[in-house]
Amino acid sequence: MVKVLFFASLRARLGTAEHCLEDFSGSVAELRNRLGELFPDWQAPLQAADIQAAVNQEIAAATTRITDGDEVAFFPPVTGG
Amino acid sequence: MDFIDVRTAPFAVGDEYAALRANNRSDGASALFVGSVRDFNAGVGVSGLALEHYPGMTEKSLQRIVSDARTRWELGRVRLLHRVGAMAVEEDIVFVGVTSPHRQAAFAACQYIMDRLKTEAPFWKLESGETGDTWVAARDSDRRELEKWAR
Repeated sequence: MVKVLFFASLRARLGTAEHCLEDFSGSVAELRNRLGELFPDWQAPLQAADIQAAVNQEIAAATTRITDGDEVAFFPPVTGG
Repeated sequence: MDFIDVRTAPFAVGDEYAALRANNRSDGASALFVGSVRDFNAGVGVSGLALEHYPGMTEKSLQRIVSDARTRWELGRVRLLHRVGAMAVEEDIVFVGVTSPHRQAAFAACQYIMDRLKTEAPFWKLESGETGDTWVAARDSDRRELEKWAR
């Protein structure tokens, strides 16, 4: 199982903070595509150019591999401080 | 010695300074930065904000930033506190305190930690104000500030 988390404006836009996928292995880019296929309303917000990804709480690239048990997060640019 | 704390409760700047200085005779320099909630952003009145974060990743991110600062400068103590949750205008959000034998290292490390935090620690601000609730947009100027540390 892959656990996917959403934060801030992206979470608000999707209307959910978390989604679990039973069978997924592939890259971050492929995960974005898969989620967009499952939930067509998510496609545009998830594909937005400024949305960043983290895998297991480390910033990840589009090509970063995801395997079973990983925690993936998608979020907009950070605005702390 | 690092102290990193992500918390909902307010902090007292005086207590944090006292913790940096207690039994610390070798470091003659202390640099402090405090970030507070402003009453105006992007031309709109702000009454307060809610700070969201990514528990787990936030702490790792802050720890890495402080560790990287230590590889660049000779530092004594570092205290980094960041609040999450609801805050009103004028409340303090973030505290960075750094001690060192030398002021240049303390100044630089304090600024470096804030510049990195602004662009990579997973916090997000939702401001409440006269036009409703608005997610704060990231600033290009924060990205540019980071470039001066690229070496």
